[in-house]
Amino acid sequence: MTILKNRLFWPAVILVALLVVNMFTSNQFITVRDGHLFGTLPDILRGSAPLLLVALGMTLVIATGGIDLSVGSVMAISGAVACLLISDLGNQNSVGSVLLIIGVAIVVSLVLGLWNGALVAAVGIQPIIATLILMVAGRGVAQLITDGQIINVQSSPYATIATGFFLAMPVAFLIAVGAVVLTVLLTRRTALGLLLESVGGSPTASRLAGIRSRRITVMTYVVSGGLAGLAGLIYSANIKSADSISAGNLIELDAILAVVIGGTALIGGRFSIAGTVIGALLIQTLGVTVVAVGVPSKATLLFKAVIVVALCLSQSATFRQKVFGRIKPRPATAVRAEVPA
Amino acid sequence: MTTVDMTPATNKSNSPTNPRRRVYLPNTKYIPILATLTLLLIMYFTGVANYRNFGQPSVVVNLFRDNAVLLVVAVGMTFVIITGGIDLSVGAVISMTTTLTATLLAGGWPPLVVLPLVLLLGALLGAGMGAVIHFFKVEPFIATLAGLFLARGIALFINQNSIPIRDKLWKSLSEYRIVLADGVVTKVTSVTAVVVVLIAAAVLAWTRFGRNVYAVGGNADSALLMGLPVGRTKIAVYTLSGFCAALGGVLFSINSTSGWALQGQGLELDAIAACVIGGVLLTGGSGYVFGSLLGVMVYGLIQTIITFQGDLNAAWTRIIIGLLLFGFIVLQRVVTRRAK
Repeated sequence: MTILKNRLFWPAVILVALLVVNMFTSNQFITVRDGHLFGTLPDILRGSAPLLLVALGMTLVIATGGIDLSVGSVMAISGAVACLLISDLGNQNSVGSVLLIIGVAIVVSLVLGLWNGALVAAVGIQPIIATLILMVAGRGVAQLITDGQIINVQSSPYATIATGFFLAMPVAFLIAVGAVVLTVLLTRRTALGLLLESVGGSPTASRLAGIRSRRITVMTYVVSGGLAGLAGLIYSANIKSADSISAGNLIELDAILAVVIGGTALIGGRFSIAGTVIGALLIQTLGVTVVAVGVPSKATLLFKAVIVVALCLSQSATFRQKVFGRIKPRPATAVRAEVPA
Repeated sequence: MTTVDMTPATNKSNSPTNPRRRVYLPNTKYIPILATLTLLLIMYFTGVANYRNFGQPSVVVNLFRDNAVLLVVAVGMTFVIITGGIDLSVGAVISMTTTLTATLLAGGWPPLVVLPLVLLLGALLGAGMGAVIHFFKVEPFIATLAGLFLARGIALFINQNSIPIRDKLWKSLSEYRIVLADGVVTKVTSVTAVVVVLIAAAVLAWTRFGRNVYAVGGNADSALLMGLPVGRTKIAVYTLSGFCAALGGVLFSINSTSGWALQGQGLELDAIAACVIGGVLLTGGSGYVFGSLLGVMVYGLIQTIITFQGDLNAAWTRIIIGLLLFGFIVLQRVVTRRAK
């Protein structure tokens, strides 16, 4: 009963169902080849890394009652910065330089996050508009960095962060898992998560209670920017080039969707990282499944839309009450059932 | 008590300080819209001063021609934002409309059946989203995001390629020129957009429905307690936005005499940005249709200037739009803070 009522129950069921479908349709679901995992499942895990990272940052921002539309542009900028610097290297395979460049790209992303945070917390602009500015302008900045071209790089250490394997697991997925674990530890083992939720519930009340709500708000945007930058690096390393037009295009919508599927309300004040992980994996698996099942490519989006509509409705308490409440009156709600009769 | 004390105090301080200095202080609710108007005029005259032929009337007339679709969509968006909601599905509804129109016309359907059909479909989709938002308490952002996926999914399902329109009515509408003055011609689409703006402005300002829209956006709970039809108003604004988006799609199909499922990507954010530039507050309860008109004009004028400049690329277009958006929002923020 309690499991059925859990907000994550239906998303989890759909995720498992999609994975089961994949198990039957793909000829290699999971095997070991050349010393590392191979097959559809590792592919899904690897492919979900950028969305997981972006959605993780988005969860924290949404927990404080904000929203970050600029993640796609930040992805494009960090990929562009990294590829530009790498293409200028004499030896593109030098691990040290590549690590340094990755560091630079992430610092740039953190600064972009700080810009968003400052607009929201210091200037007091609504989050959706404050981040819309960077969303519009950021892609232009990325295009300027790459000079409107697609910069190709031939750097094997850089490619490793997207396509490499460590301990038989895809590196990209391990990065995402690392970020998730770190965030869970920081928010659930310290008071930070409580402070986040308190700021999301009411910034004024938290300030009066002695919480530096502005600092917390700015921090979430900085973290979101940094994670988006990391996602951008993985994306550009995967295609070994910086594509300022399509990198992270529309990912903000998928990320917000993942967060909402995971049971985090857009009004803030509450968040679930486990839910976000399920949501992001679900969206990625859905995309893979649609192709695997053989839904024609023209119906891919329609298929996705139907699942999304079903999910949104399943999360609405009012909807569940209105539809399922009438079909099967439960014994536990017997008292309530008397009222309409 | 404090209010009683304060009213005469402010009156005193206003008049006797310096009776000769009469500073025109506009009503605070018009300040954002006046700020946009000033910005727009400054931009226009900067253009006139810097570029040859910028001052010709055709530049202004072409603004309406090039931005007819955005204008119509922004009008629908204005209503939605004033109620405190948001509609992300408009770009997708445009693509759905153009694809469906082109497909049906290619299939030999009479154009006078196709036109009302696609408009009705857009309105129905909007009504559906509004109903989900109102009855199931799904957040507008998420409900219309699902609508975006659905509409674009339908468009891609119908046809992934660009479909040409060879219908006589569409062709003649596309080629018809309306002569406004010597050397100044415009198209049917821009006239339609202007008519939509005028009707919408009148509806928002002078009808009971318009008042309800403001009331719901100001405070939905108070509106409900006042006995206003909150649910009906909410569903109506999303229906209206869906209708406007479908009309935008029809205008798009007339302009390009084709339909394409990837049409209008990102247009929803352009429309939202235009509304915000025009002084419509995203929290709801405040804004005007003419403000959104000015916002669209700012958007279009930026693009015109970039075309006249000639050596700016698409990257700079985005950055300048972002910077202007930033400048305007900060200005608006400062003005509203001072007004408080």
